[in-house]
Amino acid sequence: MFPKGTKRKFSDSGEEAVCGGGGGGDQGPSAAPAPSPSPAAARTLSSSYSLQRQSLLDMSLIKLQLCHMLVEPNLCRSVLIANTVRQIQEEMTQDGTWQIMTQALAAAQCPADRLVATEVLCRQTEAAAQEGYHSEEVVMDGDAEAEVAMSSLSPVSPQLSSASYLAGADSRTGEQVFGTFEIKHPAPPSDPALEELFSDVDPSYYDLDTVLTGMQSTPKMGPYDLLESLSSHGPTALSSSTTCRSDLNELDHIMEIIVGS
Amino acid sequence: MKCFSRYLPYLFRPPSTILSSTCHTEADIISTVEFNSTGELLATGDKGGRVVVFQREQESKTQPHRRGEYNVYSTFQSHEPEFDYLKSLEIEEKINKIKWLPQQNAAYFLLSTNDKTVKLWKISERDKRPEGYNLKDEDGRFRDPSTITTLRVPVLQPMDLMVEATARRVFSNAHTYHINSISVNSDLQTFISTDDLRVNLWNLEITDRSFNIVDIKPANMEELTEVITSAEFHPQQCHTFAYSSSKGSIRLCDMRQAALCDKHCKYFEEPEDPSTRSFFSEIISSISDVKFSHNGRYLMTRDYLTVKVWDLQMENKPLETYQVHDYLRGKLCSLYENDCIFDKFECVWNGSDSVIMTGSYNNFFRMFDRNTKRDVTLEASRENSKPRAILKPRKVCVGGKRRKDEISVDSLDFSKKILHTTWHPHENIIAVAATNNLYIFQDKVN
Repeated sequence: MFPKGTKRKFSDSGEEAVCGGGGGGDQGPSAAPAPSPSPAAARTLSSSYSLQRQSLLDMSLIKLQLCHMLVEPNLCRSVLIANTVRQIQEEMTQDGTWQIMTQALAAAQCPADRLVATEVLCRQTEAAAQEGYHSEEVVMDGDAEAEVAMSSLSPVSPQLSSASYLAGADSRTGEQVFGTFEIKHPAPPSDPALEELFSDVDPSYYDLDTVLTGMQSTPKMGPYDLLESLSSHGPTALSSSTTCRSDLNELDHIMEIIVGS
Repeated sequence: MKCFSRYLPYLFRPPSTILSSTCHTEADIISTVEFNSTGELLATGDKGGRVVVFQREQESKTQPHRRGEYNVYSTFQSHEPEFDYLKSLEIEEKINKIKWLPQQNAAYFLLSTNDKTVKLWKISERDKRPEGYNLKDEDGRFRDPSTITTLRVPVLQPMDLMVEATARRVFSNAHTYHINSISVNSDLQTFISTDDLRVNLWNLEITDRSFNIVDIKPANMEELTEVITSAEFHPQQCHTFAYSSSKGSIRLCDMRQAALCDKHCKYFEEPEDPSTRSFFSEIISSISDVKFSHNGRYLMTRDYLTVKVWDLQMENKPLETYQVHDYLRGKLCSLYENDCIFDKFECVWNGSDSVIMTGSYNNFFRMFDRNTKRDVTLEASRENSKPRAILKPRKVCVGGKRRKDEISVDSLDFSKKILHTTWHPHENIIAVAATNNLYIFQDKVN
């Protein structure tokens, strides 16, 4: 019923053809996008600077995700990392590379290529509908532990993984790093069974407060998210990977029963 | 919700291992050190929630070389690990800060805090016990009243010294975010506790109520870009306090102006130097500690690479800036990667406000003399700490030829960091916490 996570292929030729130099920037020596940057971006990006900036962006996003896995995330650290991400995003927007990246993603968007974030705190689906988010998700291997999946994210086409993560944010500028922690699930959001299941949950928990204080019990999620967030909870995140895996399997089984697949 | 409850066991299962005691030494990591106001006592808090208090030995004519040694006086468990059931998160028992109250009677009082709860502890000595009860015999068993033929007055007999610590007040449930600092007011009746977004004012006698005096939480948390990193009361003015932020600014507030001190009286910030701007500029400008000078005229702040002394009368730039470890400027990316860039170093004044001290990596700590403008780097390590051996100054070589005693930047051990230090209020005695070891150094005695 739920496709088990499949890792996006490292060099997806279809992807590369579409985004040209933009997606291949991490492989080739030159990171300058093949469709030339907007005329406004007069200065040429040096390849090393662009690469460094990109890896900094990826690193920051991973750190932001990881910090939700800790016992109690450090708010100061999260805010500082988020500000760094915002800075990079602003600079990339000015350079025009931001648009390139998001366009590339938009073109590459298709269900098979969707990536599911391993650490998830998601927002209400109504909010998602309003903002018109894309669904960008990072899929982890079926048996990958949360921690391993984190580190394996970066080598996989770093430009695209971070871009995919932030692509949904281009509709809103500025603040929205925290708002990009949003996942849309493959199942239709208005699944009546799920709605009923979580109907009496207090939606006011969904603000950044929740995100940054690591509140894991955000019930209004789709099946994927429930699975992942529960499996990577405080207690179980510290336990061995086998416990994590067995929890996942058990929850998987339970979820199948719930949604009647 | 029929099925949600099925997940409850997973959500709320107590952790099988408590974070801080996964291995023995983890709980021993010292997380705060503080001399009391006379310097007679030195308190340390650790990651396991324990407080250890050291007392200075009295001067003795028969053993003059033992003058000033600190011995363990009292050890107690201040905070226990807790579990927040609402958020399914552990609350660490790590002691974030200890602050002493000035001594007013025979007992000693200190405030200790973890992420969520502040406690007032009373440490008192007992060296006598009453003996000669009428109704109880020496074992404590009650005597049959019919066997009592005479009455006597119980007398106090000396006993072995016992030091006991009792929790007198518990100040809880006032902080949603992690408490990073506490500060006792000079009025000795109130204190403030500060978390990432709020500062709360308490009365030492009242535990079920606190006043929120600073709140920087935005209505929409997505707009959050700045947090409070530390706050301290002015040493003499009981209505003035300062708090520092993650953006490198300090605000001085006067509590007489309004109940909610969201409007600052003074705002201290140094304009950014555009030539050194990088993606890490904001992170390294985040202030990790703020301390008023003893005379109340200056403020000292510590950010990642520097210590700055501010004159309270001059808001637009610091009076003095000292480079702690500028050689790290070229390594910020790696330090960001391994999270060292988020380390929160503290800073301290000496008793006369003429020398300031702060920690660094590789178990180095630095002292800056504000008058002579000289500085020194010292190391807290077992090899260098033979009793009464003089600490040798250390030097970090920044590239080029490395001299024999120098250490190169790449050889620095970033896991050995000195975050917590304290200086005796009157004498040149310092206590330096290096992971789970406490070093006490004294100025050379002639």
